[in-house]
Amino acid sequence: MKFKTALLGAAAAFVLAPAAYAERGTDGEVKLTFPQAVSIMNPYLSGGTKDIYASSMVLEPLAGLTPDGVLVPKLVTEIPTKENGGISEDMTSITWKLLPDLKWSDGTPVTADDAVFTWQYCTDPAGGCSQATKYEGITSVEAVDPATIKVTFSGPKANPYTAFVSALAPVLQKKQFEACLGAAAPTCTDPNNMPVGTGPFMVTGFTVNDTVSMAANPNYRDPAKPAFATAVIKGGGDAEGSARVVMETGEFDYAWNTQIPPETQASMAAAGKGQFVVAFGTLVERIEMNTTDPSPDLPEGERATAKHPHPILSDIKVRTALSKAIDRSILVEVGYGAGGKPTCNVIPGPADWASDNDGCLTQDMEGAKALLDEAGWTDTDGDGIRDKDGKPLNILYQTTVNPIRQDFQALVKDWWTELGVNVELKAIDPGVFFGGDPGSPDTFQKFYADVEMYANNSESPDPESYLGQYQCKNAPSPETQWQGENINRFCTPEYDALYATLATTTDIAARQEIAKKLNDMVTKDSMIVIPLVHRGTLSAHSNALGGVQINAWDSELWNVADWFRVK
Amino acid sequence: MLTFTLRRLLLAIPILLVISLVIFLLVDLAPGSPMSEIPLTVPPDVRQKMIEALGADQPVFVRYLLWLKQFFWVEPMTLVDGWFGTDFTAGEQRILSWQSRSPVFTIIGQRIPQTLTVVGTAYLVGVLIAVPIGIYSAYRQYSFFDQAGTLFAMIGFSVPTFFSGTLFIIIFAVWLGWFPTKYDTTLEVTDWATFWEQVRQMALPVMTLGLANAAAISRYMRSSMLDNMAMDYVRTARAKGMSERVVVLRHVLRNSLIPVGTVIALGIPSIFGGAIITENLFGVNGIGAALIGAIHANDIPMVQTLAFIFAVLIVLFNLIADIIYGLLDPRIRYD
Repeated sequence: MKFKTALLGAAAAFVLAPAAYAERGTDGEVKLTFPQAVSIMNPYLSGGTKDIYASSMVLEPLAGLTPDGVLVPKLVTEIPTKENGGISEDMTSITWKLLPDLKWSDGTPVTADDAVFTWQYCTDPAGGCSQATKYEGITSVEAVDPATIKVTFSGPKANPYTAFVSALAPVLQKKQFEACLGAAAPTCTDPNNMPVGTGPFMVTGFTVNDTVSMAANPNYRDPAKPAFATAVIKGGGDAEGSARVVMETGEFDYAWNTQIPPETQASMAAAGKGQFVVAFGTLVERIEMNTTDPSPDLPEGERATAKHPHPILSDIKVRTALSKAIDRSILVEVGYGAGGKPTCNVIPGPADWASDNDGCLTQDMEGAKALLDEAGWTDTDGDGIRDKDGKPLNILYQTTVNPIRQDFQALVKDWWTELGVNVELKAIDPGVFFGGDPGSPDTFQKFYADVEMYANNSESPDPESYLGQYQCKNAPSPETQWQGENINRFCTPEYDALYATLATTTDIAARQEIAKKLNDMVTKDSMIVIPLVHRGTLSAHSNALGGVQINAWDSELWNVADWFRVK
Repeated sequence: MLTFTLRRLLLAIPILLVISLVIFLLVDLAPGSPMSEIPLTVPPDVRQKMIEALGADQPVFVRYLLWLKQFFWVEPMTLVDGWFGTDFTAGEQRILSWQSRSPVFTIIGQRIPQTLTVVGTAYLVGVLIAVPIGIYSAYRQYSFFDQAGTLFAMIGFSVPTFFSGTLFIIIFAVWLGWFPTKYDTTLEVTDWATFWEQVRQMALPVMTLGLANAAAISRYMRSSMLDNMAMDYVRTARAKGMSERVVVLRHVLRNSLIPVGTVIALGIPSIFGGAIITENLFGVNGIGAALIGAIHANDIPMVQTLAFIFAVLIVLFNLIADIIYGLLDPRIRYD
């Protein structure tokens, strides 16, 4: 009897053990699929989100961001602040303390030298580092001792959490990349494809633009994690195919970027094998107004420059009328479903940074018509198109080739036609539109159209660099080879002055107030930008995968170490 | 025949050089930039640095000459180095993909086996289905079988693979759950179980491509058979009292295969070229998927090299088709 009880007890302990505390590598394989295949595992040589997310399973920054946009330590003991002495009083340096006994996946210790090396790697002028902005304004990165990294800035830095923060700026292993500095960076195929990291997984196999095979990192700092022994990222196909293999056939556990039409979302979710999750960052689909005259009658070099203000859109009443005529909730319903919400802001989040501007959310066709009448645009010849001084109200509306954008164009054209505006639509190949080739007339920077639609976002919760794009000096022009982010050629001294105070303000609440004001200046106050839809990234995960916490501020796979198999 | 082959081979050299220049200029002049996939959050000066690091800011003829050198000297010598352990190419720059920074030929080497297995099997399956259908359709012209075969060919011809492929996925993977829809390229065939896995994952792409291939070839086979059935020698063979089996399979079929053989040979380069849509749909990491990915990312070295390899294969298989023609038909002599 006693023996039997003992046996039972032992058996019970055996059965209960896995439930009580998980162990590394007990949950088998986790399978992810990306509609765009992974090209390279080094985020410093790629800018593609697919590569950055994939590499975030292997390479880690000193600190990451949570789904709420809050900093969380990864390789360090704590987030440096002024209070704990990690940030100097004058805000010109920040000191990070590495965790004790931290090891790379090959078993060698992680030291401050690795961080110093990473800084040198990304700032080498011949290397073509795509995350160079993360290391801007840094005069030196020093290894005070093997566990202490001191980053010094050229001046007071209001937001010092750029270098070594988020999946965009992870720490590389000096030993592995030592021979890959500068011009040699692109030729280091093996390190670029199979970097040694500190993350929960390590690369075991890499086929370019196809599959990344990974295994649990035996030296990961938490001995109980990751729960999965292996991981695979399969790339290629399209968003619908990716969603299908998670939601309908159940072949995969996680699909990133499954941007599909709302009705397909609903039918796939009905299969009951998985669920869609959406992360709202700052991505906003918007219509941008051209303040300069893009008329082809103007000579090249003067066309679409500040020399010739736009004959129609220079009037704020016209811009406001165009915004009022749009019903944003219909756009969301047609294009994005759960993956979007209407917005009037260029900075729609995080909540503390977003302005309470919501005046554009209800469509006001009558108000829009009245505004155009007021501005002097009336239909004098009875052809249904408003005119003024003998010139009809013609608008060329361009965007990229993309089914949702073409739907949006058609809807907006209907509304604007009702308003009495003659709208001509144009769709450009995204490779050309975003390609930035100064020789092409169709880039979004050149903006040889009256209005154009695309999406843009701030890559960090603090929108300082993002708001910088609307400064006068960033206007693309023939002198800048048509490079620059201020594609509207919006230029007011008030905006530039307020922006300058943002760069020197260190108090967080004050920064948020300034950011909100700047947001309002380009949206409701001037109607230079008409925001349409706050877009989230829609991903899908199977019901058999637990622990997923989608994140818009860092890699979506930021907590992959905590993922587990639901049994 | 030998002089003919040699003459054609020599003639191919200037043709290929002109083709390579035309491809290079076309790819280069096409709008787009290798930076178009980079998010807008990366500022213009960083983009410019990235373009310089790729060498994409060099004048077009400098890049063309560099590519010629890399394609005809560095890459073959790298292969020689790999075989014999020699050191011809130390310090030489191989053709690097702009998108992945990996050598283009390494990527092609990784991808050729998948394309050959999947697209090659589909071609073989297509031929094996098409030839009997074509023979029997012609032999029983306007019969029910012939009408059904015509219908099958029409469907295969007119339904694009992105539609038939998706249809097969929905029927066989989503509803019936028989086959996987994503090709697992890490699978290694080591025993019967993994072999069965491989067969299962090849089923849908092979079905999709096989349908399209079989449709075309069965029509060629049928019309070629019909041409020959009406010939005098067929009547002679029947008059001699030969069985229908011998008449059709030995006399008519052999003669009918001559043009079909040429068609099949001319189709072989398309196997190496991969199947852009089908490979993409099923996640087969073949050459076709590589090409479309490179085009999307404006990865000029990759597109240029692949397009040129296709050109070489087409020129080569045209020659092979001509030679096969001569071998199959004793009446044709080139000298």
